Amino acid sequence: MTLLALSAVEKVFGGLRAIGGVSLAVEPGQIFGLIGPNGAGKTTIFNVVTGVYRPDGGRVTFDGEDISGWLPAKVAARGIARTFQNIRLFRSMTVEQNVMVAGFRIHKAGLLSAIVRNRRYHDDEREFSRRAAELLDIFKLRELAGEPAASLPYGSQRRLEIARALMLSPKLLLLDEPAAGMNSQEARALVEQIRFLRDELGLTVVLVEHNMSVVMSVCEQIHVVDHGETIAEGPPEQIREHPKVLAAYLGEESEAQAVKDYEAVSRPSHERPEEPDA
Amino acid sequence: MTRWLVRVAVSTAVVAGIYGIGAGVEATMIEYVQRIVLIAGINVILAVGLGLINGTTGQFSIGHAGFMAIGAYTAAFTGVQLAPALSGLAGAGALSEAVTFNLALLAGAVMAGVAGLLVGIPSLRLKGDYLAIVTLGFGEIIRLLFNNTQALGAATGYFGNDPSGLPPYTSFFWVYLWVVVIVLVIRNITFSQTGRSLTAIREDEIAAEAMATPTTRLKVTAFSISAATAGIAGGLFAHMQSGIRPEDFKFEKSIDMIVMIIIGGLGSITGAIIGGIFLAVTLELMRDLQEWRLILYALLLVVIMIVRPQGLLGTRELSLAMFARKKAPSKP
Repeated sequence: MTLLALSAVEKVFGGLRAIGGVSLAVEPGQIFGLIGPNGAGKTTIFNVVTGVYRPDGGRVTFDGEDISGWLPAKVAARGIARTFQNIRLFRSMTVEQNVMVAGFRIHKAGLLSAIVRNRRYHDDEREFSRRAAELLDIFKLRELAGEPAASLPYGSQRRLEIARALMLSPKLLLLDEPAAGMNSQEARALVEQIRFLRDELGLTVVLVEHNMSVVMSVCEQIHVVDHGETIAEGPPEQIREHPKVLAAYLGEESEAQAVKDYEAVSRPSHERPEEPDA
Repeated sequence: MTRWLVRVAVSTAVVAGIYGIGAGVEATMIEYVQRIVLIAGINVILAVGLGLINGTTGQFSIGHAGFMAIGAYTAAFTGVQLAPALSGLAGAGALSEAVTFNLALLAGAVMAGVAGLLVGIPSLRLKGDYLAIVTLGFGEIIRLLFNNTQALGAATGYFGNDPSGLPPYTSFFWVYLWVVVIVLVIRNITFSQTGRSLTAIREDEIAAEAMATPTTRLKVTAFSISAATAGIAGGLFAHMQSGIRPEDFKFEKSIDMIVMIIIGGLGSITGAIIGGIFLAVTLELMRDLQEWRLILYALLLVVIMIVRPQGLLGTRELSLAMFARKKAPSKP
């Protein structure tokens, strides 16, 4: 069964159609790439899925349930965790505390337990700190646990955001440009970590990313949007040579030429020849 | 089990200690100084309570004098009404006075806490600076309400039924016992999952929501607790003097509280304690200046903003470990 499905989702800001009827389906256990030029509406799609924005049309279905228009905290509690394009860590809090914040949903000790510091409170704290340590281990942040999040280098902050998201024990992880600001070595490590999340933790991952070597090496299915509309979807090898994708990335002028070239070389039996834009 | 035994032992020692120090203070200090000591304790309660919402959660309330007023009037009124009933039940004496007083304080805390809920629920759903505006208005509305309530003495103030005024329940012992209780409660909230989530709301509300944090509920809870502590402080304040007047709870009082927590460092409990004591002392030193002291506070705030924008302690806490670490030899 499809884990996350968007059907004809629209989002309008004033006169701007940020997303104009995007449909996509993410299968469980998939590593799914969402790409497109700057301003294509990728982050808006994330924001609609996670409840930051309410869709103006269409439906978002997660794990068999219609979650369109849910509040962010409810979506997160339902099993969708995310990271942010412009890192949103709790900057003055320590690395460990950042991760532990996401334990609120599952904490058992209420306010009264905390005030009287009973056994339940201590059990909770111990459990959260253990889980946080495990997650920090995966992302090689364990030894920085006591440092304020703001003091971390950029790449580590991105990894900390993922660790924090995982504390929610989500089913689906949305990564918004996880490799931004990483050097090539860090980006390669990130690819390994994303695979680890899927293979070992059984997570489904959707990532928005501009670093094409990351996208092409890790994603199994890629959905391309431009100007808020779907222009292509398929496995990486197909997307890499897709004329509309090339046109979207290289610019409008070359689009017609690219389409013509593509049609000239592609077999007539190609599954779905794209029509040039009207 | 042993942990609870240790706790009972420590609590008994603390209570006895406060009682002993109180006896010492009352024996050695002149009444004027004693009063400043009591005000300092009340300030600490106000500052630590306000710190939970303004410092830890980052939601700015500038009308806490309103909650203090609700606590003060409720505690004064309840105390006056309860005293005859309880002394009839248990006989006049220290015990029935203590029970009356603490019930009155709790009534004040509950009323202030409920008022906090009523103000918080609509205004904390909104993001940004709305809370500041709403609380500012709320503080003034409360003051004007008391100013016009004949049953509570209107502008002349509430002095109870006795010609000598409100019963003088407030003593060093009770003030500092409540200081200890409230500091502990606020500290335990701050350093818990709830406290982490409140800090997360201050740091980045959108990210906190994405981490499944029920932000509105937590903000309202923190606000209500903060209001309740201001209510306790109000009750202690009320029974310290013969009567309370609406003008005791003017806007300036709210500003005083904010100055306390800014001086100490927003988000620091020990900072709030220092700020509360600091204000009690400087307020006395500047008593002759009357309203001019506001200008001096403004100047002080400007200087702090320039020299040390995070306040005395920032968000850090003063602890013995901090001194120990400083003294420890640094690694080569």
